[in-house]
Amino acid sequence: MTTASPETTDPGVQQDLIPEGITLADTPWVTVVWNDPVNLMSYVSFVFQKHFGYDKRKAEKLMMEVHEDGRSAVSTGSREEMERDVQAMHEYGLWATLSKTE
Amino acid sequence: MTSPTTGFVRHRRSKRAIATFSVFEADLLRSLAAQLVELLHNESAVVATDRDPLEALLDFSGPTTEPEDPVLRRLFPNAYRDDDESAAEFRRFTEGGLRDGKARAAGTVIDVLEEAGLPPEPPEEDLTIDVELDAATALVWLRALTDLRLALGTRLGVEEGDEDYWYALPDEDPRAQAHHIFEWLAFIQETLVRTQA
Repeated sequence: MTTASPETTDPGVQQDLIPEGITLADTPWVTVVWNDPVNLMSYVSFVFQKHFGYDKRKAEKLMMEVHEDGRSAVSTGSREEMERDVQAMHEYGLWATLSKTE
Repeated sequence: MTSPTTGFVRHRRSKRAIATFSVFEADLLRSLAAQLVELLHNESAVVATDRDPLEALLDFSGPTTEPEDPVLRRLFPNAYRDDDESAAEFRRFTEGGLRDGKARAAGTVIDVLEEAGLPPEPPEEDLTIDVELDAATALVWLRALTDLRLALGTRLGVEEGDEDYWYALPDEDPRAQAHHIFEWLAFIQETLVRTQA
């Protein structure tokens, strides 16, 4: 037994709650970048702009999440896509992992 | 360090990132990059690039376990936190290529410095090395500087907000000197990032 999803009552509001870049695939995966004591904040923000094509504002927001919360989900997609993102982050020297979204 | 560099600036007309290093600084950078190349090739990841492509495709002998060396563990972290099997698979297919890429980036730093006039044995007298990087090469340098700082930071055990500890060490302590180099690399990288932002 289940109840109807509340998003049917006010789809406009609910859509706003879906973070940018989230796909509605069956099994979305996420790339997480973790804080480390070495990488420069300016460089991490630069990498997010360069690799993901994020604008400066979004890149800095994600960078600050990494810095202050210890980690940030920086991209979402299929498992294969996330493996490519993690590989790219390791190329740049960022500490990244992928996992299934819960 | 004598006559320290002012770091990278963006050239107005060519848009290139330019910096002038003392011969001592350029030699230090070359030596750190060379050490990184050696470390990357040291613990074997069983990579061969100059062979039959089919044979290479059929070789599944890439590493599946984390490297022993803490620096290499930081450069090639597990991609999956709670799934050893997936982490091993990911490593098998990526670590060799990542190692090659990082070694090539460090090699580019050495090549640029030597093409800019850094002699094999640096002379005693004053000599400056003018480096000029286009956007693609600047990106390679940024990655290599990151790897050098990760390597040095891991060896030193650098932690967030631990500056006071390092500044309190006596000047003659080798760890204080290494930390000074670590901070110098951060300065170089910071100025280079700004030219590309």
